[in-house]
Amino acid sequence: MNGVGLHRKLEEHAGLLIFGILVVSSIGGLVQILPSLFQDSLKTPTANTQVYAPLELMGRDVYIREGCSTCHSQQIRPLLAEIERYGPYSRAGEFVYDRPFLWGSKRTGPDLHRVGGKYSDEWHRLHLLDPRSVVPESIMPAYPWLAERPANERGEVRARLLALKKLGHPYDFSTIEGAAAALEGKTELDALVAYLQVLGSTAPTEASP
Amino acid sequence: MSTAESVSAPVYYHDRVVRMLVLCAMAWSILGMAAGVYVAAELIWPGIDFGQPWLSFGRLRTLHTNGVVFGFGVSALMGTAFYSVQRTCHVPLFMPRLAWIVGVGWQLGVLAGGLSLPAGMNTSKEYAELEWPFDIAITLLWVGFAVVFFGTIARRKIKPIYVSNWFYGALIIVIAMLHIVNNLELPVSLYKSYSLFPGAQDAIVQWWYGHNAVGFLLTGGFLGMMYYFLPKHAGRPIWSYRLSIVAFWAFTYSYIWAGPHHLHYNAIPEWVQSLGMVMSLILLAPSWASMINGIMTVSTAQKKLRTDPALKFIVLSLAFYGLATFEGPMMAIKSVNVVSHFTDWTIGHVHSGALGWNALITFGTFYFLVPRLVGRELYSVKLANIHFWLALAGTMLYILAMWGGGISQGLLWLGLDELGEVRYSFRDIMVSMRSYYGLRLFAGLLFLSGAILMAYNLFKTVAGHKTRKVQPPMVATAETTA
Repeated sequence: MNGVGLHRKLEEHAGLLIFGILVVSSIGGLVQILPSLFQDSLKTPTANTQVYAPLELMGRDVYIREGCSTCHSQQIRPLLAEIERYGPYSRAGEFVYDRPFLWGSKRTGPDLHRVGGKYSDEWHRLHLLDPRSVVPESIMPAYPWLAERPANERGEVRARLLALKKLGHPYDFSTIEGAAAALEGKTELDALVAYLQVLGSTAPTEASP
Repeated sequence: MSTAESVSAPVYYHDRVVRMLVLCAMAWSILGMAAGVYVAAELIWPGIDFGQPWLSFGRLRTLHTNGVVFGFGVSALMGTAFYSVQRTCHVPLFMPRLAWIVGVGWQLGVLAGGLSLPAGMNTSKEYAELEWPFDIAITLLWVGFAVVFFGTIARRKIKPIYVSNWFYGALIIVIAMLHIVNNLELPVSLYKSYSLFPGAQDAIVQWWYGHNAVGFLLTGGFLGMMYYFLPKHAGRPIWSYRLSIVAFWAFTYSYIWAGPHHLHYNAIPEWVQSLGMVMSLILLAPSWASMINGIMTVSTAQKKLRTDPALKFIVLSLAFYGLATFEGPMMAIKSVNVVSHFTDWTIGHVHSGALGWNALITFGTFYFLVPRLVGRELYSVKLANIHFWLALAGTMLYILAMWGGGISQGLLWLGLDELGEVRYSFRDIMVSMRSYYGLRLFAGLLFLSGAILMAYNLFKTVAGHKTRKVQPPMVATAETTA
């Protein structure tokens, strides 16, 4: 049977056509995704990578909710200019507790993967509440509502930690049970600042960039 | 069999559901693009969010992308798929009530999902931002779409399945696969879930989804539209059926590999990046094969091309399709991507596809389709011609602004002085984007005003008229004797 005859079969049988599309379109994904699920370098945390503390986790979830990754990447490429500007390039092992990943695809604002410790908590607070009070040219939105909302507004922190534990994040039970108390009196602004300040602490400590 | 048919009531194509989907698509296009214009303005005057969470850039930008892709794009694809599958199969829709449930359900889903985004339900996975309850609803509606579409094909009276249906079929099957895998997540509450994949693995899965949602929805789905409506409107058969076969399978096979070019120099294995780059370059061939097939099909219908705005839109869309599918592989080359990644060039590339290809081919198709659905002439050809120029100018200026801005941004970020220190601060480079962002806003306004003109034109065409009833033709073709 020549190619045209073979194709005639496909285009005259809907079932075969559906099956053909499924097979042909699956191959690429299987080859690229399946190995990554078993590759140790993508699953093993670097020496400094730890699970997020409850306050940091709630801050990260605020970052996710507000769509910060729309404008800020968290991925320093191994290019000289990026290492100069932002710090050591990003390693896969630093992201093993990130669900979802927040590498982003656009830098309307600067990369944030190593922003932790570069500015004071107070600077971050002022900047989030009114970016133009500290950076006059900034085009970042202001986030005044973060200061008014309790960090554990929905009372969900325990459920979130339990869900992550189920997914394999090594939280101990005292952290999970004590989380709501630890968040008492904290706002979403405190949580987000705590998250921003922990970003980058996962960088490898060796001499390499 | 044939006598039983001749005594029963006449059978008509189900076109009212098509009309509903087309009009909803038109409404989403205006709402989605208006959100786009607003967020473009926020990048110039950040104060216009008035400190309101729901107007904040990070939330509204997501509404823009979801509104145009899932509101405008998918409604247009569903409507045109329902229209063309009946005519290429010579039978009315299978389970027409289900078609209505899918069509109306989709509109309600886009509306509720669209409201959930500014309300702060956001998974932050690009183009998959809707939370898990919406993901489940989308899956169910999509299964309904598949049942109607493939059910109609299964009952067809024409033996070969026409090429437009392969592309629509691939859209339905592959998007289902991508959507389900990428949205695997563990719910915490109604509003919150965590991805089943962490970090680098999540990145690989997400861009397998993100790239191929573009591939099979915005490219493949709209190629289905092209393969039916272009030959139909030009009054010519497709230039090369054999080329369309080759292009289809090469496209379906190779597109799925290209996702990792969104993660060049990111923390994923290098072999995955290189493979993604090579397959992206290969993808140029099947992409252009369909463009050549389309343009050669119109090349013998020149007289109509000169006078008919609908055909002009469709042919112009093929030119932008060719541009975007050339630019994409170029940007997937790692050394080019060093400059383009994370810049506004990416935004320009997306819009040369989304405005130049998806929106223009849909506009052309609607100018052709709506008069046929309601059985009367288009209200104003002149307005359609004005729209054509607004759309062309808007697209060109948009791309120009983002090329200029994006390329200079990318190069300046990489600039080092003689001591190996970065030459320009991020802040200085950001400030230099302002005029490009201004031009982009102007371009967006041009494009949006064209779409509003079109909505008015179609509204006047439809007003007061019921959907025309069209009977499937009797089938007695050479196919049965072959």
